[in-house]
Amino acid sequence: MSDLVIDNISMRFDLPNGDYVQALKDVSLTLKRGELMSVLGPSGCGKTTLLNIVAGFLAPTSGEIRLDGNRVDGPAAERGMVFQQGALFEWMSVRENVGFGPKMKGANKAESREKVDHLLDVVGLQDFKEKMVYELSGGMQQRVALARCLANDPDVILMDEPLGALDALTREKMQGLVLKLWKETGKTIILITHSVEEALLLGERLLVMAPRPGRIHKEYRLPFADLGVGKDLREVKMHPDYAPKREEILSMIWDMEEEIMGRTEEKSA
Amino acid sequence: MIPLLIYVGIFVGAYFAVKFIVRRATPQDFTSLKTVTFGDESAVRADRWASIISVVALFVLWGMFTGSALLPKFMHMPGPFMGDTQFTYTAEGPAGTDDATVTIRVHPVDQKPDAPEVEPGDGWAKNDVAVIGAWRSGLILWDKNDEANRRNDEARITAINGTPVQPGDRVRTDNGSVSITDKGTINYTPYKGMQMEPIWLPSPEAVWKRFISLFDEGYQNFTLLQHLGWSLLRVIAGFFFGALVGIPLGYAMGLSNWFRGWFDPIVEFMRPVPPLALIPLVIIWAGIGETGKIILLFLAALWIMAIAARAGVSGVKISKVHAAYSLGASKWQLMRYVIVPNSLPEIFTGARVAMGVCWGTVVAAELVAAEKGAGMMIMVASRFQLTDIVITGIILIGVIGYGIDILMRKAENWLVPWKGRG
Repeated sequence: MSDLVIDNISMRFDLPNGDYVQALKDVSLTLKRGELMSVLGPSGCGKTTLLNIVAGFLAPTSGEIRLDGNRVDGPAAERGMVFQQGALFEWMSVRENVGFGPKMKGANKAESREKVDHLLDVVGLQDFKEKMVYELSGGMQQRVALARCLANDPDVILMDEPLGALDALTREKMQGLVLKLWKETGKTIILITHSVEEALLLGERLLVMAPRPGRIHKEYRLPFADLGVGKDLREVKMHPDYAPKREEILSMIWDMEEEIMGRTEEKSA
Repeated sequence: MIPLLIYVGIFVGAYFAVKFIVRRATPQDFTSLKTVTFGDESAVRADRWASIISVVALFVLWGMFTGSALLPKFMHMPGPFMGDTQFTYTAEGPAGTDDATVTIRVHPVDQKPDAPEVEPGDGWAKNDVAVIGAWRSGLILWDKNDEANRRNDEARITAINGTPVQPGDRVRTDNGSVSITDKGTINYTPYKGMQMEPIWLPSPEAVWKRFISLFDEGYQNFTLLQHLGWSLLRVIAGFFFGALVGIPLGYAMGLSNWFRGWFDPIVEFMRPVPPLALIPLVIIWAGIGETGKIILLFLAALWIMAIAARAGVSGVKISKVHAAYSLGASKWQLMRYVIVPNSLPEIFTGARVAMGVCWGTVVAAELVAAEKGAGMMIMVASRFQLTDIVITGIILIGVIGYGIDILMRKAENWLVPWKGRG
């Protein structure tokens, strides 16, 4: 039982005006250790809410999350999180940021220093160890965020649009890095993204969610992540199955978006 | 009005002078290559020449209107008339009309010369003398030495320098003006010029001299350094205690519903109360001694620091807090490694504001009642019209306030270099 189990999660909260929002309804799924699942969906489908529940920042109104059989009831070091941006501590150097988790645990200083150095080498920041994080570019900052998360050696890594704020070229490079780290470390990863391409390239499993109420719409198993490890991701995009899958998922999401638009138009009309 | 016109004149004149003379050799940096500068705030840089000329212009104006020895004579505004001057009056008495001359010696106000000696002259009206200080005026009892006088309507003035006059009239003469009072006396006002009298505005060098003497000899039992030092000490003590209580209070308000609810009404109510309004109450409660001053400054700093600390805590991005927790931090570790460092920039800003407010408040409190301190020094000096001490004091208060702000900024750059870089 070394799985992450999302067991029949529902999330509903009241609004001040007496209305309520059903952010998630009956979401269930199980991730095996070492799986990388990307989550896609139009805005408002509850994907970030789901991630926050798994991380332990929110308590679901019903259902529960179990990691290795233990019920999740708050944030903990076993579930690391990588945020879109701005979650680094700008009062610390790159090295201190990455070493934050081990320091909180009271780990042996020399050991954690070695580990931090190694991780910074892995993410390609060996020359920036002593820099302050605000001296780094956006892409470098996200490398620091990845390294910081890995330094804590979590069982599950939750990524909330970690590459969303990067420019297209940097983003492609970072996608390769994420795949590489996933294979090397064997971590379970949930990756939330807005980009269909990113979801296709990185997700061994791909979950498409639908809004109102937030729920699982469809799930895919994809070969591209395995193909892409250690390779140029542009080659993967040449794969004959890639373009049709992309079209299929894109049109699915467009349909959902249009449905939402239609509903709001009805409301306003 | 005239000083303002001169000031505007210097402003405009210096602009063109600098534009045509100095501007040739500016470096070709990036900003100087911008073609759009009007509306681009980042392209507006303080012109160093303007700053220098601005300060110099203030001193020049000050010197011009006080007849400062630091400026060449031709730059002075016309000063008051000093020296001997004369006018004649024509009086009508029982023995007919007669002329007499009045000789007036106008002297600098700080020295009193002897009266000039004149011949009595012919006729029943005798020549008179008067001694009048510059910027003053004087009554001339012209009939005192005459053979007829005005008390029983024997004699009265009919003309000054040949100009017929009635009581209430004013006649211009050389170097001054003469008016006839309702009772028929002559009131002579020497020409006052456009310079300020030292008791209203002393010259820059007089202020400097006073500064040196304050430094060496002091005023009201304390040297200048003691006065300023006491003011500073009060500010530092009050600010220290204010921060000591205010910062934890602000943190508590930023971290706990109960604290926020409990202290919100108090803080929000006390924030807009100017510390100066508390002076009377503090004097009633704690007297005019050091305790009262420090309580006042404590109260001035307390709310500012509490609000700054609260804002610092509220300003923590939730993703940083989440990140710290999911990296295994405990509440205490979150506080120590995330909340405190994240709030330091806000606290520094608050500290800068608080130090400024405390400095203003301490001077005001000393104006009201104190036996030493910068405010007390200028207040007591003003009661004796020692304008030079007042001006020295004001300049030093400004310099110290500015110095405090610069020091706080330096400390901020040094201690929280990540400010605004999140």
